[in-house]
Amino acid sequence: MAIFSILDISGSALTAQSQRMNVAASNMANANSIAGPDGQPYKAKQVIFEQQLQANGVGGVKVKEVVESEAPARREYQPGHPLADEQGYVTMPNVDPVAEMVNMISASRSYQANVEVMNTSKDLLMRTLTIGKG
Amino acid sequence: MIDKLTSALQFQQQALALRQQRQETLAGNIANADTPNFKARDFDFSQELKRATAQQQGSVKLATTHAGHLPLSTSTSTLDMQYRVPAQSRLDGNTVDMDMERAQFLDNSLRYQADIQFLDDRISGLRKAMQPEQ
Repeated sequence: MAIFSILDISGSALTAQSQRMNVAASNMANANSIAGPDGQPYKAKQVIFEQQLQANGVGGVKVKEVVESEAPARREYQPGHPLADEQGYVTMPNVDPVAEMVNMISASRSYQANVEVMNTSKDLLMRTLTIGKG
Repeated sequence: MIDKLTSALQFQQQALALRQQRQETLAGNIANADTPNFKARDFDFSQELKRATAQQQGSVKLATTHAGHLPLSTSTSTLDMQYRVPAQSRLDGNTVDMDMERAQFLDNSLRYQADIQFLDDRISGLRKAMQPEQ
């Protein structure tokens, strides 16, 4: 049934936006992780959205890939730190907490909008099922 | 007899199908509100409805040489999708205007419900006409 594809479209957006929120949460949580499993400071990650094409050029959205941010790492002067280099600087993750917060808010608003679309579609679908009962 | 019933409900059915397609298009726009370079799409509802009904009347007729033959049903042709002209441009090339999309979505879902109401009224009118005199 064609009308169910609205639920697919909005559902794909919910998946994609929640993945974006996950990535933002991971970035926020690791804003101060100066050593990961490979000994390198954490690198901020970002999702890339891509349109899923269906008939008529209408379709949902999916996460194409998760890329690592190329922003330069933050360097802090902490000579007493065990991970400091010769000049006394510690390389911190390149996470921008303000940008992550904004990203998080934007993702949650988009998520809400899509939930609303799903709810409206569900109401219409239920109404459609009662055609001719009156 | 049955084809008379079909033609009595044909227009409403077509309007409802188009409304549903528009709903899907708008849901796709809302789902892709954060996809870079996505261009919001929509179609002119009244024009498409006019075209669909004209097609219905002037369509190719199949010769029915047997009482059991069904009339040829015109499949819905591809819609004439158009791109929305954005009021404000965005740096990522996306042209989805969330306020507009949501307003259109609400408008479309109300009109969908109105169409269902008309269809319901039509059905109950026909049903009443079929009742034996009391």
